[in-house]
Amino acid sequence: MEDQFEDLFDIEGVKKKFMFVNRKAPYGTIYALEVLEAVLISAAFEQHAAIVFVDDGVYQIKKGQDTKAINMKNFSPTFKIIEMEKEDADEDPDMDMVWRIIVEKESMEARGFTPDDFVIDVEVLSSAELGAFMEEQDVILSG
Amino acid sequence: MKFGIMVNEGPFTHQASDSAYHFAKAALDKGHQVLRIFFYYDGVNNANKLSQPQADDRNLIKLWGELGKEHNLDLVVCVAAALRRGIKEEILAEGFRISGLGQLIEAGVAADRLVVFGD
Repeated sequence: MEDQFEDLFDIEGVKKKFMFVNRKAPYGTIYALEVLEAVLISAAFEQHAAIVFVDDGVYQIKKGQDTKAINMKNFSPTFKIIEMEKEDADEDPDMDMVWRIIVEKESMEARGFTPDDFVIDVEVLSSAELGAFMEEQDVILSG
Repeated sequence: MKFGIMVNEGPFTHQASDSAYHFAKAALDKGHQVLRIFFYYDGVNNANKLSQPQADDRNLIKLWGELGKEHNLDLVVCVAAALRRGIKEEILAEGFRISGLGQLIEAGVAADRLVVFGD
C-alpha cells in the first residue's frame, strides 16, 4: 500500500524547520515521552529542529528526577541524546541541520529554575522572542 | 494545497479525531490533497476494529475507513504508540496500516501544511 503513495513524498533535498513544543509535565500523561520519541526519529531525516520547553514542560528536563515511588520510567537521561544530535549537527560542516534546545524564560522563572537546573544545555528565550521564532517554523508539533 | 494531518486523541474521550475527520473531509471536498493522516498517542485507537460504539452514535473508526477508501487516503498508525495500546495487525480496522514515526516526519516535510488535532 505504501508504494502507491511514494510519488507524493518526493522529499529529496527538502529542508524544513520543525518545532517540537513540550508543554506538559514528564509524568501524569504520556505526551512528553511520545514527543521525545518523535524528536529522536526526526534526526534521521536531517531536518532543522527546535525542541522547546514551555509551561510545565520545563519539568521534563529537571535534574535529579527520581520516579521510583510512582513506578514510572525516568526518561530524562534520554534528553542527552537530543543534546548529542545537536552537537553532532553543530560540529559537522557537511550537515545542513540546525537544532536548538530552548526553554521559555517565563515558564522557567515561574517554577524557580535557572539553566543550571536542567540535564541539558538550553537557550533561554522570552515568551515574545519564542513567539517570533515560532512564526518562522514550517511544522509545529506539540504535546 | 497538500495537507498532512496528525490525529493525537482517541475517538471518544476527546473530540479531536472528529474534528480531524471533518477537516479532512472538507479539505478533500474543496479539491485539496491529503497526503497522509498519521495517528499518534491515543489517536491510534481510531484504528481499533473491535470498538463498538452505540448504534445511534457515529462510528469514527468506520468513517475513517470509508473516507480512506473513497479518496485513496494513506491512514497510518504509529507502531510504537499502537503496540503500547494493544493495537496490532489482527485488530486493525480496514483502510489503516501500521508504520513508524518516520512517516509523520515525512508527511511534515512533504506537505504544505501539517495540521495537528489534539488537546
